Amino acid sequence: MQDTMTAGSKAVLSSDALQALIVALARQGYTVLGPRVRDGAIVYDEIASSGDLPAGFRDRQDAGRYGLEPREDGAFFGYAAGPQSWKRFLHPPAQTLWSAQKTPDGFTISREEVSVPKLAFLGVRACDLDAIAIQDRVFCEGPYRDEAYATRRANVFIVAVNCSQAGGTCFCVSMQSGPKADTGFDLSLTELLDGTQHRFLAEVGSEAGAALLAELPHEPTTGAHLAAADAIIDNTAKQMGRHLDTDGLKELLQASLSHPRWEEVARRCLSCGNCTMVCPTCFCTTVEDHTSLDGFSATHVKKWDSCFTLDFSYVHGGAVRTSGAARYRQWMTHKLASWIDQFGTPGCVGCGRCITWCPTGIDITEEAAAIRASQCVKEESDGGA
Amino acid sequence: MGEADLSLAPLSDPFVPELYRTVRVTRELRDTVTLELAPLSGKRPAFEPGQFNMLYAFGVGESAISISGDPAEEGTFVHTVRNVGAVSKALSALEAGAAAGLRGPFGTSWPVEGAEGSDVVIVAGGLGLAPLRPAIYHILANRDRYGRVSILYGCRNPGDILYRHELEQWRQRLDVDLTVTVDHADASWHGNAGVVPSLIKRTAFDPHDTVAMVCGPEIMMRYSMNALRGAGVSEKRIYLSMERNMKCAIGLCGHCQFGPEFVCKDGPVVPYSKVARIFALREI
Repeated sequence: MQDTMTAGSKAVLSSDALQALIVALARQGYTVLGPRVRDGAIVYDEIASSGDLPAGFRDRQDAGRYGLEPREDGAFFGYAAGPQSWKRFLHPPAQTLWSAQKTPDGFTISREEVSVPKLAFLGVRACDLDAIAIQDRVFCEGPYRDEAYATRRANVFIVAVNCSQAGGTCFCVSMQSGPKADTGFDLSLTELLDGTQHRFLAEVGSEAGAALLAELPHEPTTGAHLAAADAIIDNTAKQMGRHLDTDGLKELLQASLSHPRWEEVARRCLSCGNCTMVCPTCFCTTVEDHTSLDGFSATHVKKWDSCFTLDFSYVHGGAVRTSGAARYRQWMTHKLASWIDQFGTPGCVGCGRCITWCPTGIDITEEAAAIRASQCVKEESDGGA
Repeated sequence: MGEADLSLAPLSDPFVPELYRTVRVTRELRDTVTLELAPLSGKRPAFEPGQFNMLYAFGVGESAISISGDPAEEGTFVHTVRNVGAVSKALSALEAGAAAGLRGPFGTSWPVEGAEGSDVVIVAGGLGLAPLRPAIYHILANRDRYGRVSILYGCRNPGDILYRHELEQWRQRLDVDLTVTVDHADASWHGNAGVVPSLIKRTAFDPHDTVAMVCGPEIMMRYSMNALRGAGVSEKRIYLSMERNMKCAIGLCGHCQFGPEFVCKDGPVVPYSKVARIFALREI
C-alpha cells in the first residue's frame, strides 16, 4: 500500500471501509459527526460506528413536507438535506462571548475560554460545502474576523458525500453548488450500488484526506467505477425538484422592492423564522445579557437571530420592518441580491431547506419566478428618487 | 486568556469591551445626559468625527452610541445618551465614578478633510446634533481651511435644544452661519419656527462646491436630501449618518443591514449617492 495519494487521487472502498474511516478519524482525535435518524428526520449528531448511519432510509420532501421512508438498497446516504445543516457546529446556536463580575468599585470582564474540539463531518453534501465556504467569507474576511468561528473551522475534517438522489425541493444545479462536491473537502465519497456490490468511490481533496485514505483498505479505480460515479451525479442533476433562474436576478429583485408580490407572500408567511434557522448560510445573531440571581455576575451570550422577528430591526421608537412583507423582502433580497454586493456570492446554495421547512410551504424559487414573470408591472414606480 | 490580555491587546477580540470609568455626567435635557468616559488603563483610542462606540451597562447590555466629543482632545470619550430603552436608561443613570464597558471606535466618519476648500452645510435634527458635534469642533478649530460654514439645527420643541450653551457661543462667531429652528414654537420661543429642511433654501452656499453633512430622524433626512439636491448639491457630496439596530458593530451580526450596506462598517456615515436608490423606500 505504498501508493502516493494527492489531491484528486481516487480509490475504491468497500462499504466496510466506512467503519474503518470512522475508527481512523476517532483515533486521530476527531469527534465524528454524521447523519442519523432521530425524531423522524435525518439529523447530524455524534456517530460511533457505521451502524449509526441512516442505512435503508430515504426522505420525501416538498414545500412544507418532510418524511422518511424505507429504501430497499441499504444505501447509507440515500437521502437529501435534512432539517439541520453543519452550521450548528461551526456557528453554534448559542455562545457565551464574555462574562462580567461585579467588584467593589465597578466590574471586571473576562473572555470566555473557547474550547475547540476536533470535529470530523461525515456526509457533507455539495450544497452544504458551498454554504460553509460562504460562511467562511462572512466570518473570516474582515475587516473584523470571528476568531471563534475561524478556530473551529480550522479544526474540522470534512468527508463529503456526492448526492446520488436529489430531494423534492433541491435546486443546487441552479445555484451551481452541486450535486458534485468539487472543492472544500478532505475526502469525498460517491456511493456506488449496483445490486450486487456496495462500494464507494473516494476522492482526495487535501493532504489530510490523502493520509487518511492511505490508512483505509482500498483498491485502485477502474474506468467502470468512474463511469458509474459520473452517471450517478448526472442522474442526480437531472432530478432537481426545483429550479431558480438566476440570470439577472440580483438586478431584477433590487428593482422590484415595491413589487406587490411582497404583500402577497406576506399573507402566507407566518414570520416564524424557520427558513432562517434551517438555512445553512443565514448568519445573523443577537446578544442577550444574563444576570445571576444575586446580580453580581452577568454573561453576554450570542444567539442565532432571525430577520423575521420584529425585534430584529428595533431602534428606539419601534421596529424598522414592521410588516411581514418588509421582513420577507429583507430575507429574500438579502439571500439572492444584496449578499452578492456584500460577499461576492449569493447567500443561497439551493439546498431547499427553507422550502421544505416552511410551515406554509412558501417557495423561494416560486417567489422569484413570480416577480420575474411580472417584472414590468412595477419597475417604473421604483425608478423615482 | 485572562483579563490581563484585554489591556495588552485591546482590539484582539472586538467582541469584548474595555473597562471605562465615568468621570463626568452633564444633564443636557430632561431625558438626555452627556457622559465622559476614561479608560481604566491605557490611552483612549483616537477617533474620527462621526464614529461610534458600543457602550455596555453592567448586566443590561450594549448599545451603539455616537461619539460627541472633540477629536482633538485626549483622555476621554464623550457620549450624549437619551433614555429611550433598557440600555440607554442604565447608561443615563451612570454617576461619576461608575464603571462602564466600551468597544470601539467603529464605523465611517464625516468627510472633514474631503470638505476642505469647500462650503460646508451641516444639517442636524434633534439628537442628530450629537454625532455632528465632533465634525463641528474640527471644522471650527480649522476654520481657515473651509469656505462658508453653515449649521442648521432643528428640534421639535424649544425644550429639546441640545448643547444650547455651545450653540449660543458658535452663534456669536462671525465666520459661522448658525440657524436654529423649532417645529412647535411656544410662548417662550422668539426664534425661527418650522422644520429644519426648510432652512436650506435660505442658506448661502455654492451648490457646485459644497459638502453637506446631515443627521437626524429619517424623515427629516429625506426632506433634507430633497432640499439639498433641489439646491443643486451633488448626491456624492451629501453625507448622512444612518441609524439601525446593532448588536456587534463589526459587520457580523446582520442587524444593521440597509440594502447591501452594513451600517456599522459601511456607515454610519455614507454619501447619499450610495443609498439614494433605497432611501425613500419604507421599511428597508
